[in-house]
Amino acid sequence: MNSQLAINIVRFVLLVLGQVLIFNHMNFLGFINPMIYIIFLYWYPIRKNRAVFMIVAFSLGFVIDIFSDSMAIHALATLTIAYLRPLIMRFCFGINYEFQTFSFKNTTRVQRITFLSFLIVAHHLIFFGIEILSFSHILLLLKKLVMTSILTLFVCLLFSSLFAPQSE
Amino acid sequence: MQQIINFFIRYRNSVLFLFLTIIGVALTVQSRSYHQSKLFNSSKWVSGRLYNVSNSVSSYFQLRAENNRLVEENTRLRKMLFNRSDELAIPVDTAQIQFNVIKGRIIKNSYAATRNYITINLGEEQGVQPDMGVITSEGILGIVENTSKNFATVQSILNSNSNINAKIKNTDYFGSLVWDGNRYDVVQLVDIPRLVPLVIGDTIITGGMSSIFPEDIPIGTIKKYDLNTSKSFYNIDVALFNDMANLKNIYIINNLNKDEILDLQDKTKQGNE
Repeated sequence: MNSQLAINIVRFVLLVLGQVLIFNHMNFLGFINPMIYIIFLYWYPIRKNRAVFMIVAFSLGFVIDIFSDSMAIHALATLTIAYLRPLIMRFCFGINYEFQTFSFKNTTRVQRITFLSFLIVAHHLIFFGIEILSFSHILLLLKKLVMTSILTLFVCLLFSSLFAPQSE
Repeated sequence: MQQIINFFIRYRNSVLFLFLTIIGVALTVQSRSYHQSKLFNSSKWVSGRLYNVSNSVSSYFQLRAENNRLVEENTRLRKMLFNRSDELAIPVDTAQIQFNVIKGRIIKNSYAATRNYITINLGEEQGVQPDMGVITSEGILGIVENTSKNFATVQSILNSNSNINAKIKNTDYFGSLVWDGNRYDVVQLVDIPRLVPLVIGDTIITGGMSSIFPEDIPIGTIKKYDLNTSKSFYNIDVALFNDMANLKNIYIINNLNKDEILDLQDKTKQGNE
């Protein structure tokens, strides 16, 4: 129990540092910065208090906001996907997810990738929607949404295969 | 009463979600009107310090290119110094200078968002105040927005809130420099009247209409222009002289007469009301 808490704290700190020091400055093709910290929400244990989960997600987004001078946009986007996560899980893993015996180990790879992609796309949609906040820039929004989502998904998949969590 | 409590217990997660959303929206809206959050920005807290440490490591990788750039600027200035006409050879009276310049370094650059802020390693202790102009050896960069003791954040010209007075070199037609959020090497100059003769490649410089920047600081060259929807003003795409993706050393300009100018403007405004 305690080791899980410690793992989550270490993850939180490392993901924030990785995001603000490396991935916020990637600027691939001039504008694509993958948001790898979303993988924290993917890794976070399933059967935990939802309220705590949302507060943790909000603070994760907010810390990143302070570093990237983006008001509270990261916080809002992260909070929303934290709130929607059970819904997305039910959609991706079916009714199985409700049972106590459910774990990521007995899901297929496709299911996990779908789950991660849903988290990423929902997050990026809210993020760029608030950041740009104008219908006249809808093409810019779509361009950023699609390109950044692809790169974020790619980096997150790399991360999840490199540092696959042992527990859960 | 019991039912209300039951309702809250049953929907506690949604209530918490709403509560946190309201906090987030409040922070976002409040900083929209003040441009950037006063309390939470990268000049404050640990973030300035962390960026400083990270920059002190990464800055070594570009020393050679950066040195070249500074030597080039020195060469240009030397050339101007040696070729000046005799009437300018009078020694400068330090009691009468209008602009003071402070050197600084960028510790966090950003150009991929729609509202970009740059963090620099100078703060109140070094005499930096909000609303000072920031330039590089090649051209204009932005305006100081928030300061802490040792760091400051700069609203980049690549920011949808940015609005800087600019004009076409050798004419007196001026307009506003804004950014549409698309490309980091192109900004837009608007409000130039239709009758102005434009040529692609013309130089754009700062106008003297603000108390922030002195006149004649280079910005960029005209890349493309067309008329706006009302057909009476030009929308001009300006290719920046600065490579916004690769910046290190900066200068902060302090207009020593700014307080006097603003004070006078305020008085005039009050007198007219």
